[in-house]
Amino acid sequence: MDARLKSALTKSARAMSNSLPVLAGVVLLVGLTHTLTPKLFYFSKNAVLDSIIGSGLGSVLAGNPLTSYVLGGELVKQGVSLVAVTSFLVAWVTVGLVQLPAEAIMLGKKFAILRNIFSFAFSIIVAITTVFILELL
Amino acid sequence: MKKTEKSYTGWYFLLTVGILYLLIGLFKIEVILPALRFSLKTTRNILPVFLIIFALMVAFNFFISPHKVRKYLGKSSGFTRWLIAVGGGIISTGPIYMWYPMLKELKKEGVQYGFIATFLYNRAIKLPLVPMMVGYFGWKYTVVLAVVMVTISVIQGIIFERIEGGGFL
Repeated sequence: MDARLKSALTKSARAMSNSLPVLAGVVLLVGLTHTLTPKLFYFSKNAVLDSIIGSGLGSVLAGNPLTSYVLGGELVKQGVSLVAVTSFLVAWVTVGLVQLPAEAIMLGKKFAILRNIFSFAFSIIVAITTVFILELL
Repeated sequence: MKKTEKSYTGWYFLLTVGILYLLIGLFKIEVILPALRFSLKTTRNILPVFLIIFALMVAFNFFISPHKVRKYLGKSSGFTRWLIAVGGGIISTGPIYMWYPMLKELKKEGVQYGFIATFLYNRAIKLPLVPMMVGYFGWKYTVVLAVVMVTISVIQGIIFERIEGGGFL
């Protein structure tokens, strides 16, 4: 087998296998949450407040975007607003509190902190804009 | 972060969820079976998409390397620079911390923070994961979100350029 293909296969398989236990855990957790709480109580009907809550959750939680899609999809099914779920999805991948120390060491403390603050604020703007455009279409 | 630490974190998480099931099962056994049934249903929905994602990841890892991305990022200017920052962020694969050393080197070579911020923001858009997002949220949502995010990434980049230009970084 071509060495490049072998390397691509190994890299992808490793990335997928690393995310498998997390994904399995999330799926099981979603099942449990779905059964115990038909609707998540901590989201309100206010778009701005919901998006702040969503961004907050997305910033603290970390992992493969795949996991955030599963969680986000289930949240929508449970009746959580699309604004909140979108801000959650965006913050999950753009705000990295877990990676913040590494980012600060490699790219500078000021840059890392500012980038994460901006990304948090932008996740709310992205969510509201996206849902607004979708309603227009 | 070491590779082994990352692997174990996932397993610890799964173990914690397993323990949670056990604890809840002790007090409310009737919720366990419906919860597992729901999880199985979710797994069935995800599985085919998971295979597509794996195939796409192999293709991306085969054609794109940090070396190639770096080669194009370092030499660009003007509008092309933003285009490459956006494209580079989208096609970059693997954990984000893998890209920090490359970005650090680019910074040393004179690349501005605005460019790095745009690159990092666009890592949020992952082409191999599009089928999964479409499956959950639909095409319209996926396309609109991607367009809004790309736009915001460039705005964030411009803001960082101004901040850096003002000597705050």
